Amino acid sequence: MTATLPTVSTSSPSLRVLKERGQREVFCGLTSIVWLHRKMQDAFFLVVGSRTCAHLLQSAAGVMIFAQPRFATAILEEKDLAGLADANEEIDRVVGRLLARRPEIKQLFLVGSCPSEVIKLDLARAAARLSDVHSSVRVRAFSGSGIETTFTQGEDSCLAALLRAERRDVNAPKSLLAVGTLPDVVEDQFARIFEALGIPVSFLPARRDGLPAIGPNTRYLLAQPYLAETSLALDDLGARHLPALFPLGVEGTRAWLWAAAKAFGVERARFEEVIAPAERRAQAALGRARERLENKRVFFFPDSQLEVPIARFLHRELGMELLEVGTPYLQQSHLADELSALPTDVVLSEGQDVERQLDRCRAQRPDLVVCGLGLANPLEVEGFTTKWSIELTFTPIQGFEQAADLAELFTRPLVRRERLAV
Amino acid sequence: MELSVWTYEGPPHVGAMRIATAMKGVHFVLHAPQGDTYADLLFTMIERRRARPPVTYTTFQARDLGGDTAELLKQTAHDAFERFSPEVVLIGASCTAELIQDDPAGIGAALGLPVPVVPVELNAYQRKENWGASETFYRIARACCGGVEKTEKVEGSKPRPSCNVLGPTALGFRHRDDLLEITRLLGRLGIDVNVVAPLDASPSDLVGLPAADFNVVLYPEIAETTARWLEKAFGQPFTSTVPMGVGATSAFVREVAELAGVDPSATLDEPSLRLPWYSRSIDSTYLTGKRVFIYGDATHAMASARIASEELGFEVVGLGTYSRELARAVRAEAKRYGLTALITEDHLTVEEAITEARPELVLGTQMERHISKRLGLPCAIISAPVHVHDYPARYSPLMGFEGANVIFDTWVHPLMMGLEEHLLGMFREDFEFADGAAPSHLGHVGGPVEDTRVENQALDRPADGPELLSVAHAIENLTPVSTSAVSDATPEWTAEAVKELKKIPFFVRGKARRNTEQFARERCYHPITLETLYEAKAHFQGR
Repeated sequence: MTATLPTVSTSSPSLRVLKERGQREVFCGLTSIVWLHRKMQDAFFLVVGSRTCAHLLQSAAGVMIFAQPRFATAILEEKDLAGLADANEEIDRVVGRLLARRPEIKQLFLVGSCPSEVIKLDLARAAARLSDVHSSVRVRAFSGSGIETTFTQGEDSCLAALLRAERRDVNAPKSLLAVGTLPDVVEDQFARIFEALGIPVSFLPARRDGLPAIGPNTRYLLAQPYLAETSLALDDLGARHLPALFPLGVEGTRAWLWAAAKAFGVERARFEEVIAPAERRAQAALGRARERLENKRVFFFPDSQLEVPIARFLHRELGMELLEVGTPYLQQSHLADELSALPTDVVLSEGQDVERQLDRCRAQRPDLVVCGLGLANPLEVEGFTTKWSIELTFTPIQGFEQAADLAELFTRPLVRRERLAV
Repeated sequence: MELSVWTYEGPPHVGAMRIATAMKGVHFVLHAPQGDTYADLLFTMIERRRARPPVTYTTFQARDLGGDTAELLKQTAHDAFERFSPEVVLIGASCTAELIQDDPAGIGAALGLPVPVVPVELNAYQRKENWGASETFYRIARACCGGVEKTEKVEGSKPRPSCNVLGPTALGFRHRDDLLEITRLLGRLGIDVNVVAPLDASPSDLVGLPAADFNVVLYPEIAETTARWLEKAFGQPFTSTVPMGVGATSAFVREVAELAGVDPSATLDEPSLRLPWYSRSIDSTYLTGKRVFIYGDATHAMASARIASEELGFEVVGLGTYSRELARAVRAEAKRYGLTALITEDHLTVEEAITEARPELVLGTQMERHISKRLGLPCAIISAPVHVHDYPARYSPLMGFEGANVIFDTWVHPLMMGLEEHLLGMFREDFEFADGAAPSHLGHVGGPVEDTRVENQALDRPADGPELLSVAHAIENLTPVSTSAVSDATPEWTAEAVKELKKIPFFVRGKARRNTEQFARERCYHPITLETLYEAKAHFQGR
């Protein structure tokens, strides 16, 4: 067992980054609603968009499983575009009907889409107006449109909208804010660890409406790598970022927790004592996955921006070889630690030209391809083993206790291919 | 603005994709923003197609809107042609691209490609998926055989009669098997199939459409527009009977026999047709007058109503559709049963109608399956929108005589368990039955018995009533007591550990609990704490 902290230099060596422009085989930001609405239990997400938006949400989320889903689409029709119906009156009418039927809703998000952006519907203004009309509900607006956001950026845009409505509080007590949706089970594990370390912590987004006071005494950790706009909004409130690896894998989780411990003056010995049992368990469980994954070659198509931290985990803790790590956006500032933890010869690609990327993938014959649902089955037909990336955003993968679960997401497709004799 | 939490049909460009994907040699260039590529997964995941749909998207973003999106479309079309060398390029716009008015038709015409470029206008703010499929099929058919000369029939040397089969698409509801069944039926009648379209047809195949004597329209939602045009342009009559159910299949056989000038009698006598006898056999008596609510696309809903009423002896207590294009026909059909047809796309309205009609069986889409689950009603699926379950590995048509057999099984199985339901009611108090276990034909309403035990025994102790606890204890007491009974006893759980266990999804919770308890027993850990739970988890991981 090694208990050393990762030594990561922030002066990253020159990285090879392929910047691609072409067809992007990725979801739009509306897809974030799928996990945001599970996390924020008193929130409703109303997309102002087209039938395509509604169809995307139901295809991505399997809405049918919810008796009363807390998201819906106000579908723009011909008359809304032709100016016959005042779009704002229509929004007021739809929201009025919705809130009358769902009195338990405490926060309502008007979510902008591609068509609403193109016709320049001012949803922020509509939200302000509706907040006045419906006093028991906080109405806010953010954009999940594909022309402005890629997949997880929808969450970034949502959290930033929450923060932009806040005021800087200079008297806010010194506390920690962990930012980015984490599954409840993971959040609870982290909350217990922070409690043991004596660090007062809140999580954003919270399960119920309400933010802690935020000001110059607030320190924040990013739990997700895709929160550029949210991070800026926090900086504007005076909060200070604690840069760290993301809490994926043993190494990432340790570094992430240590960043907070250090900022809150926790003794090293106490820190080691608190994390030791969980870290030991995680390492033991990872050992078995490593046997399967070591020296296997992996290729990432861009999806959620989680690619870089996950690649770091697969390479450093499981011994996988990285062929190409594709990501929709490379947020160099938040990923500084992550990038310097990657091997220097790694190929990173930002953006996408899916056909050319498929050509590169086929040429390199990886042992495992991490890609979206549109590509996975066709690649399997071509003889590749795939891991569909959307599972990485819906499964609890952060923290010590989930490190082996994360590894298993990558071992399972390989084990399956090995097992099948048909 | 229409408030929608669920749509029965996708946008019209998904309909266009269904045609392009069904065909060979067609490539669809779609002007669409980033994110619209989600539609690919419908084909690769739900239908499990082996290749990506032949669609190239422009996937423009905000930065492109400031520049020249028309140029982007042009470049994308050129690149797609270079890479895929299709026989025909289809060009169109999704909802957002429609708003920026880049004129895909004009751009397509100016591309100067050596193959036909067929523009489709999809009217995203008025129309839906099936219309988009129908329109696209019509545009491609016109483009391929618009200039073809009408072939004159040569008297005397008349070969076997032939027809085209129109309608099956990619992502269709049982289209694959319907097509096979109807092709076999036509073969037995001695009728050749000239072209099947759009499924597996290439543009050059479509050029041959006018050579057939008549057209078989399997799905009017998709193929009727094209069939009408072929009738007008080439004098080809088309069938009006959809061969679903015994009566309709027989009528269809007579209709095509008439069109082809052949004798239908041998084909009408199908020895493998079992529905009529199964329906008449006395164990089907209990089906009599069962109240059934029917909702789906127009074709499947109307056919299902006939079958339910005439071939299974049910009473139709509700009939509805989301296919507005065929609303008139559905209204007329509903009148036969003394009903007013429900024409709506709002699933909440459908739910209200179902609740009000108090049916004993619901025949609907996947959405009605969920509505039925909530209402505790048995349900069978008769129509799109499609779900991965609608692509069974086995042969499972809805059309033709075998289709009638399949329908009998599919609709009766949820009801057959009526006997089971009765027994469950009788033995509800019996200790071996967990209270709250639902009849198996209603899916997982109450959760499987084992899960109920887990919930009762370790989880919801404070919340659950004493009744449930006593059931759980009764089950525990059933375990044979061995000599080492003491060490074998199930360890207690701390409240904190129980709370954590509850966070594990229900379908693996039972396994997690068993593993943890086994782990704790082997090591004499008592009680089970949060630490034990995670120790056990790590222990079993990857084994």
